[in-house]
Amino acid sequence: MGGWAIAVHGGAGVDPNLPRERQEEAKKLLTRCLQIGISALRSNLPAIDVVELVVRELETDPLFNSGRGSALTENGTVEMEASIMDGPKRRCGAVSGLTTVKNPVSLARLVMEKSPHSYLAFSGAEEFARQQGVELVDNDYFITEENVGMLKLAKEANSILFDYRIPAAGLESCSVGAAANSPLVMNGLPISVYAPETVGCVAVDGEGRCAAATSTGGLMNKKAGRIGDSPLIGSGTYAGDLCGISCTGEGEAIIRGTLARDVAAVMEYKGLGLQESVDFVVKERLDEGRAGLIAVSRDGEVACGFNTNGMFRGFATEDGFMEVGIWE
Amino acid sequence: MGWAIALHGGAGDISLSLPAERRLPREAALHHCLQLGVAALKAQKHPLDVVELVVRELENHPNFNAGKGSVLTSRGTVEMEACIMDGNSKKCGAVSGLTTVVNAISLARLVMDNTPHIYLGFDGAEAFAREQGVETVDSSHFITPENIERLKQAKEADRVQMDYTQPIQKDEKSESPTGNGDSQIGTVGCVAVDKNGNLATATSTGGFVNKMVGRIGDTPIIGAGTYANNLCAVSATGKGETIIRGTVARDVAALMEYKGLSLKEAAAYVVECNPRGDVGLVAVSAKGEVTMPFNTTGMFRACATEDGYSEVGIWPSVQD
Repeated sequence: MGGWAIAVHGGAGVDPNLPRERQEEAKKLLTRCLQIGISALRSNLPAIDVVELVVRELETDPLFNSGRGSALTENGTVEMEASIMDGPKRRCGAVSGLTTVKNPVSLARLVMEKSPHSYLAFSGAEEFARQQGVELVDNDYFITEENVGMLKLAKEANSILFDYRIPAAGLESCSVGAAANSPLVMNGLPISVYAPETVGCVAVDGEGRCAAATSTGGLMNKKAGRIGDSPLIGSGTYAGDLCGISCTGEGEAIIRGTLARDVAAVMEYKGLGLQESVDFVVKERLDEGRAGLIAVSRDGEVACGFNTNGMFRGFATEDGFMEVGIWE
Repeated sequence: MGWAIALHGGAGDISLSLPAERRLPREAALHHCLQLGVAALKAQKHPLDVVELVVRELENHPNFNAGKGSVLTSRGTVEMEACIMDGNSKKCGAVSGLTTVVNAISLARLVMDNTPHIYLGFDGAEAFAREQGVETVDSSHFITPENIERLKQAKEADRVQMDYTQPIQKDEKSESPTGNGDSQIGTVGCVAVDKNGNLATATSTGGFVNKMVGRIGDTPIIGAGTYANNLCAVSATGKGETIIRGTVARDVAALMEYKGLSLKEAAAYVVECNPRGDVGLVAVSAKGEVTMPFNTTGMFRACATEDGYSEVGIWPSVQD
């Protein structure tokens, strides 16, 4: 038994030209979230409470793509989704299509605790939020000026991009603004427009209980009604007796690869260690997709893997190890 | 090696004394859908087309809980969901919260084929259906008198349960004409493999009676109710929340892939590991094997393989 451990992420796939101030801001936020998680773990909060607490903080801060600061749909609105899972009994809750709930991860937690279901979506989820009395805000609260600009760029790029996997070359020949000149493309959009910055947290507490939570605004310029990997148990989020996992990146590749469950399945059925399992899954299960993930094991290990250009991430363990990083 | 197909019309607490007038039409439908799938496989149709075809037929059958015949939400409305997946490419499509689409499974196929996404839900999925020009009808098309009665009973049961001064009249409930679970938990699904080892799976459902509006079950979730890769194809049915946390469909495939179990071993292990009364599944392997385990009282099911084996059943076979 190795004591508690925690990992957080703010998405995989980072624009190499991301301004230094923004990199610093991101690191500061990740550090602050780690500190919140560490002190919660030190006060013996169960892992499930810790991941909810940390993801709430990430949702509330406008920097990453979840809660306030979420990416916008093609209609310019915000539709958020989140899920949470508790390892010991594999209890889970998920929500999609939220438009007024300030902290989606907490509503996911309430679906798990207070409803007979595992997953509620759209108007039914909003209605449940009102029943439960969680904090509601106007949809405008979630919309940042920066994201309004990004949606505009995404729409301009889309006007020449019918197939989402048309290579970036097609984009570079068109003047769709500075942000579109990045050579890196995810889901067919220049990476800085695509805004992959989903957030997540995994933790194991001193008693070896694992938990995971993931929250996102989804894809910039997504179709209204699009559901990604974040709320899907086994894809974006999974926790069991052995480990807890939160994924981020190209949602469709993560779903096809049932990425989060596969890390746990490789440990469980193939007997690999945590980091080995993460590496195996990133290498073997993503096909041509781009994604990253963080994981903790019940033995207090942390692990991370990504095949994207960078991933916003931070880790800490009980023995004093702490790291916050963006690049390889 | 050879083709194989299996389909289900839901697993659950199917009363052993299910009256003939309710058993026979379902058995007939299972036979009919099986024949349809077998003929399509013999005509060398791709398994993806075969499972879509068979599930459309099951959706159109009012005795199963999908498409017409879907059970009702707490508000008396229908919210259907479906999912389809191709084994080799692992391409997949899913839909939830449909209220007017005649064949949810075909919309899931269109999400897979015609969008960059995998999963569309609710208004966005309905809007996509209209964009694609699939057949839509007024929501009332899906609502059968039997399901209105079923919702009424479910609601009454809820009310009684909240009033602790009166014990639930269990006997009365089981004597009622429709309240005995014969299709309340029904979901439909089909898995198929052709002689070249191409695999596909499809699942479709109306959810369960008196569900909250907006509830999503295991059916549309890749890895939970539906999964296929290059080793096997799986469609699960039963208690959605159990299947989600157990990632049931993916686990059958994962046990084959990571632990080297056979299809039958993997499927039996997964069903055994989940709470009794909660899970059933049908699965085929790339080698043309088929298995249909369940830990519920029964599962409406049928299968056939190229070597001439065929089975249609509801309860455990006698020799088990």
